[in-house]
Amino acid sequence: MPSADTIFALSSGAPPAAIAIMRISGPSAFDILQDLAGRTPSPRRASVCTLRSPVTQEMLDQALVLVFPGPDTATGEDLVELHLHGGRAVVRAVENAIASFPGARRAEAGEFTRRAFTNGRMDLNEAEGLADLLAAETEWQRRAATKMFGGAFSAAIEAYRQDVLRLSALTEAELDFSDEGDVESQNNILITDGCAELQQKIVQLLASPPAEKLKDGLRIVLAGPPNSGKSTLLNALVGREAAIVSDIAGTTRDMIEVPVSVEGVALLFTDTAGLRDDSADVIERIGIDRSHAAMQQADILLWLGPEGEGPIHPNLIEISAKNDLKESLSKSADAIFVSAQTGAGVSELLHIVAARAKTLLPPPDQFAINARQRVFLDDAATALVACGESEDWLIIAENLRQVRLALDALTGRAHTEDLLDTVFGKFCVGK
Amino acid sequence: MTTDFDIIVVGGGHAGTEAAAVAARIGLRVALVSFDKNMIGAMSCNPAIGGLGKGHLVREVDAFDGLIGRASDDAAVHYRMLNASKGAAVQGPRIQADRKLFKASIQTQLGSLANLHIIEGEAAALHFLPNAPTRVAGLVLGDDIILTSVAVVLATGTFLGGKLFRGEERLVGGRVGEASAMLLSQQLRGADLPIARLKTGTPPRLDGRTIDWSQLEFQPSDDDDWTMSSMRSRRSVPQLFCAMSRTNAETHDIIRSGLHRSPLFAGDIEGRGPRYCPSIEDKIFRFGDREGHQVFLEPEGLDSHLIYPNGISTSLPTDIQAAMVRSMTGLAQCDIVVPGYAVEYDYIDPRCLDSSLAVRGFEGLYCAGQINGTTGYEEAAAQGLVAGMGAASKILAQPMPPIDRTNSYIAVMIDDLTLQGVTEPYRMLTARAEYRLRLRSDNAGSRLTPMAISAGAVAGERAVAFQERLLQQSALQSRLRETVSADALIKQGIAVKQDAGKMSLFDWLRFPQVSIAQLLALDSESWPLDLLMELEQDGRYAPYLARQDAEINDMAANEQIQLSPLMDYSAISGLSHEMVERLAASRPENLAAASRIRGITPAALAAILVHAKRAKIAVVEAA
Repeated sequence: MPSADTIFALSSGAPPAAIAIMRISGPSAFDILQDLAGRTPSPRRASVCTLRSPVTQEMLDQALVLVFPGPDTATGEDLVELHLHGGRAVVRAVENAIASFPGARRAEAGEFTRRAFTNGRMDLNEAEGLADLLAAETEWQRRAATKMFGGAFSAAIEAYRQDVLRLSALTEAELDFSDEGDVESQNNILITDGCAELQQKIVQLLASPPAEKLKDGLRIVLAGPPNSGKSTLLNALVGREAAIVSDIAGTTRDMIEVPVSVEGVALLFTDTAGLRDDSADVIERIGIDRSHAAMQQADILLWLGPEGEGPIHPNLIEISAKNDLKESLSKSADAIFVSAQTGAGVSELLHIVAARAKTLLPPPDQFAINARQRVFLDDAATALVACGESEDWLIIAENLRQVRLALDALTGRAHTEDLLDTVFGKFCVGK
Repeated sequence: MTTDFDIIVVGGGHAGTEAAAVAARIGLRVALVSFDKNMIGAMSCNPAIGGLGKGHLVREVDAFDGLIGRASDDAAVHYRMLNASKGAAVQGPRIQADRKLFKASIQTQLGSLANLHIIEGEAAALHFLPNAPTRVAGLVLGDDIILTSVAVVLATGTFLGGKLFRGEERLVGGRVGEASAMLLSQQLRGADLPIARLKTGTPPRLDGRTIDWSQLEFQPSDDDDWTMSSMRSRRSVPQLFCAMSRTNAETHDIIRSGLHRSPLFAGDIEGRGPRYCPSIEDKIFRFGDREGHQVFLEPEGLDSHLIYPNGISTSLPTDIQAAMVRSMTGLAQCDIVVPGYAVEYDYIDPRCLDSSLAVRGFEGLYCAGQINGTTGYEEAAAQGLVAGMGAASKILAQPMPPIDRTNSYIAVMIDDLTLQGVTEPYRMLTARAEYRLRLRSDNAGSRLTPMAISAGAVAGERAVAFQERLLQQSALQSRLRETVSADALIKQGIAVKQDAGKMSLFDWLRFPQVSIAQLLALDSESWPLDLLMELEQDGRYAPYLARQDAEINDMAANEQIQLSPLMDYSAISGLSHEMVERLAASRPENLAAASRIRGITPAALAAILVHAKRAKIAVVEAA
């Protein structure tokens, strides 16, 4: 990723479209513009320019041009935006013209953001937040990503880091100066309490639900005996014929997953094979095994079988389906009564599921912690616990050092190339 | 071209003597130039060697067969293990030395080195040949005699542009009664080296016969029989005690009454003093609310009545010093023999040095000791060792011994100095060593003597002793590989958990309640005590060391990425002005070193990495 290269990419959606935005970032960005447009407009002012092929002087497009001089730009480098007419051929012609400049090349996935990181415009958590923001499909995802992108998480980690530095300083004073007579040695309690307090904060952060749930959706599993109306209910809940419905018991053999957004929350509805012990069909048996596995992984379980006979699950909702028919199960008033046929109770059920889901997701005013961040926070918390368990100052100091390392890794202070590749590989080209 | 010497060392202090001695041990022809050959090996400040972090340095220099450890034992009138109640990795051996015995030991040790020549004279200037203005060719003495050499090590201490302050008095010199190296200082300033000023101070020397010892608390020498050097098996000098007094409210009032006459507060001293070893007026000014500060009364020698009051370094006028001393318990009648003073001196920003302490931009010029902005005998001795080995390795075209932050305090210090520079006199602390769990003062020999032997820096006597110890060590290590069950230990009365199962004796050592003596039971007496203690500690922290290994491997990977000393940091986009300045000043040798420079962010590091890779590709393509 040589930063002396000038990179370019289409940063808006795929053509054809009304407008296509081409970004050029790097040391030659302004030179390239000068050659294409015959002039470099004044910075940060939208100007209309005629772009011409530098070879044939043939007109390529009339474009709206924005010029941002580095380092106060999104990438930290000189940056040009060309707002082209969004036809495929126009975009291709301009791309070819830019590519013909020496030192200019197409950007790799995530390279604009990576340059922003390299040039100190954002840290690793902010970069991850940006990736999430771009991928956000629901309102809750958007809010969580904005929080991360805005640097609130990084600010919290920095505060922890300051706490650890303070504790380390006290510990080091104990090790390096207490024998010299001029340092008061009453730091024991301060340090032990400080470690416990910080550990509590980190554990609290860790207790918040994982970001992956927010992104991938909570798993809402419909389960029950064959022919209890699971597939019909699924179709009613997601608003389309996703699952095949028939009167024949055992129609659904494999799991069917349907992602939907309900009240701003991403949910993944899963229909499962009906549970019965006497099936002789090998394929149906496999399906039933999968149903059991799906029920275990369910965040919320919608149980359509006899009341109280469902698996033990913290978020089980009793459903009385087929409420329009006589064959409907009689359940107590706590159950939700629905009829997929008439639509009665379906929107109520969706509302209840969404409300329950929100209790399982990071609330909008809190950070969602992703797997990478969780590993380091876990390390930090474990080392802090070890601080409290040891009476050896050296071991306490070593554990505090481990906490510092973990927090540094979290913000990307101590980084490896692999880590950066992982984080930046998530971006599409043009970001 | 034949030169008079291979290496000329300027200065006979702790840095200069170690530099000269190690180069001579390696087999080079060395000249040690000093104003006064009787002052070689003098302890110019406190009569103590070692302490926290510093004791580690002494043991490490000793592991390279240096002088300071043996001289300490030859002169020690008082032994104390600091931090004795804490983990072995932070215990600091410290001794009080008889000044005369210390100096005598250094001079005797130097005298035994056949190819070391001591030359009395003033180092007036570096000698250069007209056609090679950056290649050092020798030294010009005060009487215009030129000594030629391939390398020169400057270990001039506080003598470079040294200036003494005491109240309203001003003197030129490095120590009371000795001249200062002004000419050399002017030459170095003229050569565009980054030179700035630091200051240090020393307390008044007291007449012990006028102290009322009956009023004071004593601190006797340790009962144990540990020594500083592994080449000294027992304590040979009669032991004395130290005593403790304290400053009090009256002392503080007296000091405050003289503050306006202190050169420190009158603004006459521009150099910054050591935060970790402040003058008493500084302590009162900054921590005036404290009821009192401890003062250690340290004997200067067996046949000396001088007492060194550790803790009241000062440059106040003589009359204030006298009143201040007499306000303290036990010192009501005390006479001052030599009043305290402050020294301001030139130091070279050590960021212009490479890891062998060679000055970048010159060939054959090395700097060691206080001239590099450090304080303390031990820090000086360790740098002398590195500069001496650096110059010798260069001349012999052999690699430097591979010291780094994971194997020695010496390398931690060199790395700190050459990468971060100093803002105050640098003092070693255990907190500076991130891998200190493995850097104990009791395992310095195991860590470093093998590489010292490879470098040819170890004389025969120690090499033989070390081989013998290695044999014992590996025998004890295989004994510790034998396994024992929890049940067996419980039967023996050792409190371990029953479900801990069976493991090697070494693995059992990780539990603090299990001692090596208990594990070995009957045969524990057949091993040397220091070896038992060393391996016991190895076992204690083994799990933590294993955890650090991944981190150390990461660092090693970044060490493989070399950075050119000519790299143009200002051409790397994304580096702040401040980062460019720091990187250009210290010119890190590899990416791992760059990552340690304060204020260098991961983003900056990524940018440097990219730039370095590109530069490398460019070089390959050009070739």
